Amino acid sequence: MQQLDDQKAASQIEFVTLVAGGQSFCIEITQIREIRRWSPVTLLPHTPSFVLGVINLRGAVIPIFDLAAKLGFSPIEPTERHVMIITAVEDRIVGLLVESVSEILGVSADMVRETPRGSEDPTTLAVRGVIPVEDDMIKIISLDALIPQSVSAAA
Amino acid sequence: MIDSAILEAFFEECEDLLVALSDGLADMRDGNADSETVNAVFRSVHSIKGAAGAFNLDELVGFAHTFETVLDELRANRLSTDDTLLRVLQRAGDILADLVDAARDQVPADRAQVDPALSELQSFLGTSVAEEEEFVFEALTLSIDGPERLGSYLIQFQPGRAFYATGNDPALLISALQDLGPVQVHAETSGLTDDLTSLQWDEGYLTWKVELADQKNDLAIRDVFQFVDDLCDLQVTEIFDNAPAAQIDVTAVLPETPPEIGTLLGQTEEPATIKADKPEKNQKRTASTLRVDPERVDRLINAVGELIINQSVISQRIAEAQLPNSSELHGDLDDYKLLAREIQEGVMAIRAQPVKPLFQRMLRIAREAAEATGKYVDLVTEGEATEVDKIVVERLADPLTHMIRNAIDHGIETSAIRAESGKPSTGTLRLTASQRSGSIVIEIIDDGAGLNRARIKETAVTKGLVAADALLSEQEIDHLLFAPGFSTAKEVTNLSGRGVGMDVVKTAITALGGRVAISSVKGKGTTFSITLPLTLAVMDGMIIHVGGQTMVVPIASILETIRPAKADLSQIGLHNHLLRIRGEYVPIIDLAERLGVSPCSDALTDRVLLLIQTEVAGQCALAVDDILDQRQVVVKSMQGSYGEIAGISGATILGDGKIALIIDPDAISAPPTSDLKSHLQTQRDFAHAAT
Repeated sequence: MQQLDDQKAASQIEFVTLVAGGQSFCIEITQIREIRRWSPVTLLPHTPSFVLGVINLRGAVIPIFDLAAKLGFSPIEPTERHVMIITAVEDRIVGLLVESVSEILGVSADMVRETPRGSEDPTTLAVRGVIPVEDDMIKIISLDALIPQSVSAAA
Repeated sequence: MIDSAILEAFFEECEDLLVALSDGLADMRDGNADSETVNAVFRSVHSIKGAAGAFNLDELVGFAHTFETVLDELRANRLSTDDTLLRVLQRAGDILADLVDAARDQVPADRAQVDPALSELQSFLGTSVAEEEEFVFEALTLSIDGPERLGSYLIQFQPGRAFYATGNDPALLISALQDLGPVQVHAETSGLTDDLTSLQWDEGYLTWKVELADQKNDLAIRDVFQFVDDLCDLQVTEIFDNAPAAQIDVTAVLPETPPEIGTLLGQTEEPATIKADKPEKNQKRTASTLRVDPERVDRLINAVGELIINQSVISQRIAEAQLPNSSELHGDLDDYKLLAREIQEGVMAIRAQPVKPLFQRMLRIAREAAEATGKYVDLVTEGEATEVDKIVVERLADPLTHMIRNAIDHGIETSAIRAESGKPSTGTLRLTASQRSGSIVIEIIDDGAGLNRARIKETAVTKGLVAADALLSEQEIDHLLFAPGFSTAKEVTNLSGRGVGMDVVKTAITALGGRVAISSVKGKGTTFSITLPLTLAVMDGMIIHVGGQTMVVPIASILETIRPAKADLSQIGLHNHLLRIRGEYVPIIDLAERLGVSPCSDALTDRVLLLIQTEVAGQCALAVDDILDQRQVVVKSMQGSYGEIAGISGATILGDGKIALIIDPDAISAPPTSDLKSHLQTQRDFAHAAT
């Protein structure tokens, strides 16, 4: 971390790191609207299991996805300690339930490594790069790959 | 560079002028015109020409000039209004509208359209001098009928014990009648005895007599009593003091004590003479209007939406505070609700626009379609003054165009075939709009051959939409027309069948929160009726509980709510539950099960059934756990956030800030197979998107 802070180049990117399914991931900070504590959602019928439901975010109806389940891990049992990361990609706002949010990580663009394509599992497909940090590897989540632009457009 | 605001104002002005022009031409065609009508038409064209000149819109000026010259000849009685001239004038009116559009969009006009119309107009100018001598002005007949016959009705109803036991209130019914027109209410107390001890506390003793004036017919009145029809003794009789004398069928309207014929005549003659003195024409005056940027109205509507949510928040807080019933806050809260509703209705009324311009566009579509197919078709429009939300008017244009074309292309037969079946050679297509209990109903009625159900099914089977051995009811066959990828036209005609099918029509109407229904009688014709909500943003909803979730069912589709007794319930097999209501059996749909939320283990007798009316499945009963409330909800679309969900039309935010889903009764009552299919579709999309 120390050596990363020294590089205050223009190519500095900031990520919010989080834990889902027991592994470390991160999302670019510019794609995050806010982080909220878990609150009960309104269930949606006939939806895939990773769709938890919708919440009211200051008058807007926002869907909440279980990130762990979406990535192929076992679903999170939401409690008050869990948090939702409200993300925005273009016009689409989606909340992601995660196990925990750790810190803000600033890295230079050349620190990002390409995702090693070992297999085609759902996690690998949703990761657009990895960042080696000390004894861990943090996977960058591609929201575009994770969340389809719109269900009806895809249909 | 011309100031764009002034130019914008010019085009807005043009729109009004074109409407006046089209009105005038229609009157001339129907023989309802007088010299003032021709003058008005002339003035409209002249004003467009004048203003267009100021903006150097030369094409427009040139055409308007020739048009105007022909009208001037007509005005000076040097031309006679025969069918050919009228057709040319109507065509010219259409072209003028095209030229205005072209000028606004800054695209060159379609000369292939303009030039023939122009030379047609000029041909009248060339010959007019020669014909001048022979010309005899034929007086145009003036219509003296009022717009519509309005009558008064006497409504007499005696609420019985069942009426009160089900929580009804005569005051609400009377106030609903009051909304229809001026009322006079009289309570008949003769049912009450002097001996108070003999009174039953839960019995109804009063008979209410309400005189309601200015009604076209008793449909609206029947609507008011729709839910209590069998709970009270109801009589609706027409009082005939201002009906025109000529049309009275004396035997049919005689009340129990017939009045003297003399009085009858005396009563009826008078209004008739008044009507003759006030021809309809004189009342046509341009209403003064206010032009407002629609964005400002939208801002207001959003604010009102928030106000209504806020109102439900406050209601909930007050309910939670458990104030004593005597608290004045309850009354104040009711006032607040009333005011909020009034503001909301007022704001919505700003956006409301008459369907008239839309219908006028359809006149043109019908003319062109008739010409293209070589059929003779009259498009008759009714209820043009009916007001609908601006967005609805805009978005209805495409579906209506398609349906009108379809009706002329496929529905109405050629005159030869019509003659064979003993119908008048000119087909009639009626386009009507009316307001019926909280919805707008638009109907397209043709007197054509009716749907060819055998061929529809055959086509659907060929296209793999249904199995060949499927047993379909007539309704189900009719609805195949709306199935994606369906088109009955054997070959692609250049009218309908341009790759857009009726499914697009249905999608457009569903997107507006509406429904389409078809009814067709072989040899007699087909009726398409579109039912639309009055407003898009707010609706009346029943708040219900289902499997631990709070949800909303639109009041408009609920016929009644029932707590079933054991005797009312029966079963076919293990899962098919039925409700017996007034001798009929309707299927019970377990809402929790259909939605896939945890089902309620209670017996059906402990739950509430909502009897709903649907398009495809007819009546059915939705089993819900409980009913919580009935209130206005602000509709939020799900489309932007998650996408479409089968059986759900949107969401709303409740007083406690939680989201409640709004049930789409039509989709939820559709057979579960299609439900499952779209479910799988959704899952596949997600799986697909993830790859």
